[in-house]
Amino acid sequence: MEITYLEAIRQALWEEMDRDERVFMLGEDIGVYGGAFKITKGFLDKFGPERVIDTPLSESAIVGAAIGAALMGMRPVVEMQFADFIACAFDQIVNMAAKHHYRIGEPVPMVIRAPYGGGIHAGPYHSQCPEAWFFHVAGLKLVAPSTPRDAKGLLKAAIRDPDPVIYFEHKYLYRHMKGEVPEGDNVVPIGKAEVKRKGSTMSVIAYGAMVEQSLAAAEKLVPEGIDLEVVDLRTLQPLDMETILTSVKKTGRALVVHEAPKTGGIGGEIAARLAEEAFRFLDAPVVRVAAPHIPVPFSPALEEMYLPNADKIALKARELANF
Amino acid sequence: MNVMVVMPQMGESVAEGTVVTWLKNVGEVVAKDEPLVAISTDKVDVEIPSPAAGVLAEIVVQEGQTVPVGAVLAYIGEAPPTEAAASPGISKAEQSVGVTQAGPVVSPTAPRPQTWHSPAVLELAKEYGVDLTRVKGTGSEGRVTRKDLLDFASRRSIVAAVPADKRAAAFERADRDQILPISHLRKAIAEHMVRSKQTAPHVTQIHEVDVTVIARYRQANKEAFFQRTGIHLTFLPFVVKATVDALRAHPLMNASYTQDGIVIKKALNIGVAVALEDGLIVPVLREADKKSFLTLAKESADLAARSREKRLRPEEVQQGTFTVNNLGAFGALIGTPIIVQPQVGILGFGRVVKRPVVIDDAITIRSMAYLCLSYDHRLIDGAYAGAFLNHMQSNLEQFDFAILP
Repeated sequence: MEITYLEAIRQALWEEMDRDERVFMLGEDIGVYGGAFKITKGFLDKFGPERVIDTPLSESAIVGAAIGAALMGMRPVVEMQFADFIACAFDQIVNMAAKHHYRIGEPVPMVIRAPYGGGIHAGPYHSQCPEAWFFHVAGLKLVAPSTPRDAKGLLKAAIRDPDPVIYFEHKYLYRHMKGEVPEGDNVVPIGKAEVKRKGSTMSVIAYGAMVEQSLAAAEKLVPEGIDLEVVDLRTLQPLDMETILTSVKKTGRALVVHEAPKTGGIGGEIAARLAEEAFRFLDAPVVRVAAPHIPVPFSPALEEMYLPNADKIALKARELANF
Repeated sequence: MNVMVVMPQMGESVAEGTVVTWLKNVGEVVAKDEPLVAISTDKVDVEIPSPAAGVLAEIVVQEGQTVPVGAVLAYIGEAPPTEAAASPGISKAEQSVGVTQAGPVVSPTAPRPQTWHSPAVLELAKEYGVDLTRVKGTGSEGRVTRKDLLDFASRRSIVAAVPADKRAAAFERADRDQILPISHLRKAIAEHMVRSKQTAPHVTQIHEVDVTVIARYRQANKEAFFQRTGIHLTFLPFVVKATVDALRAHPLMNASYTQDGIVIKKALNIGVAVALEDGLIVPVLREADKKSFLTLAKESADLAARSREKRLRPEEVQQGTFTVNNLGAFGALIGTPIIVQPQVGILGFGRVVKRPVVIDDAITIRSMAYLCLSYDHRLIDGAYAGAFLNHMQSNLEQFDFAILP
């Protein structure tokens, strides 16, 4: 049955809380109010206030408490109301959660859900893609699903993972993206990219909301004889270089797409690794499609200009195909 | 005297061809058998070697034009004298400015030389031994792209077979001997067979298998099976099914031996050789491990039928990872098949015959066949091949009929 991306996340949380009583949730307005996006609606009634905790508005305290609970054997799932607010918890995530296992030898099994991304006309504090801030930090796992199936399977994997995982869930996809989700307890492994469309002209490497746009760009280019292979990273850290390299070695060309600004983005790391590890297979420069180096604009018209989309991807892909 | 260059016969059913690219300009010197023009027919793209040494005097058929077989494409004139002098084929303009130096004449319209190449193009040019100055670029600023190079290399590999054929044809040719043109399909098969034998040290290992239970089942159920499914129940899907199971348990047999390492193929795509009137072709049962017995039976019958009608789509003969060859279809008991590159194994299945067999010290009549596995000894050793065949054998001898519809 087709369900929304949001419903897939809700199901994963529900099933994991049902399966393992160590799993509990904490965040702002997730209990009585049911969460800013209503993902946790009904959880308080079913699981009770000890497992669905409404917290004060302090991201640092929320993550700090979760780290403590994880060290005591629990499996906390933190909800950031918006990923933009995660900056307030930066020290706890980067210096505590990410490094504790390395320093002390105790794993920190916790999940931070980070609703991120633009396309919802919510301006600079409610639209950012902050994954690159954490991509740089050793000790964290980062996932960013693009479909309901992956959203559900990766959240289950994240909750069962022994390490701190930041789960980037794209707000634009919440109600807009629908798809089939397999019956039963389907876990999508962390660290595995997936080729969402096979093609021969170039490899388009994308994640999150940009996978759908890349697939749409691929369809636009079919009449021109340009055949895009779309690789959905799904996990950002650790990067599945094997899948990326296999694809780029086949096509000889790579277009990296992300919604976050190009400067200092994950695309730069991928381009660099392709240059290091696949130079002799490259037939053209690695090209990136990403947002400009400015805050996400409020104005819908400017936001549209800011965000990468299928047309912009198709334009760059055409240029790259003709190189 | 000028020599004609004509559109050659590229296959029995090919009536016309299109000039794709002139590899020489008017006025350029050309050696005998040097590639002169790339043509395309509905079956193949080929470079035509020059029939004589000399200078390309006149181009009759321009790029993009389609003409019937036998039409004159161009004339080759005599080579220019080495002294400073006008010669046929050099334009008036050049004569007027005075061509003073000896040596090859380059037309002013020659494509400009490439100054740089991408890493991929350099790497592949080295691998295929291609002189990049001869490849026409279609990329930005006339750059040679990877695709240009691969297209060039694949066209050349067909042409490369021509001189050897010519030698063979010239050898001890008596008056009454008949010379048949070589079809494109025949050439492609010849080239692939030679390449496979040169690439992979073949070993063929043969096991005997008792298929009595399958033969009995088939005899008892083939009518009903046909009524139910519209498919004739042959031995092939049983063999394919057993092959798939054995491949799953022996992943090295579903692999490629490459410069980058041993590639274990995730997909199990089984090629099934089909004999044609004028050759053979190997359509592929994709993801055969994910298909039911009935689907395998249906698809193999459909692919075979469409192979004979020449209605296969190009992708249906690509990306095979292992091949099955029904030797028994033409009466063979045993064969030593040649591997389809870049796979590492091919299984021949011989004719099923009833034979006296000793079981528990008693002679009894059983339906027997031979499984003939050719494998690439660079990657596979006898023990592994034996284990693979044992797996197939026990699978066929104790076939699970529950999987049939």
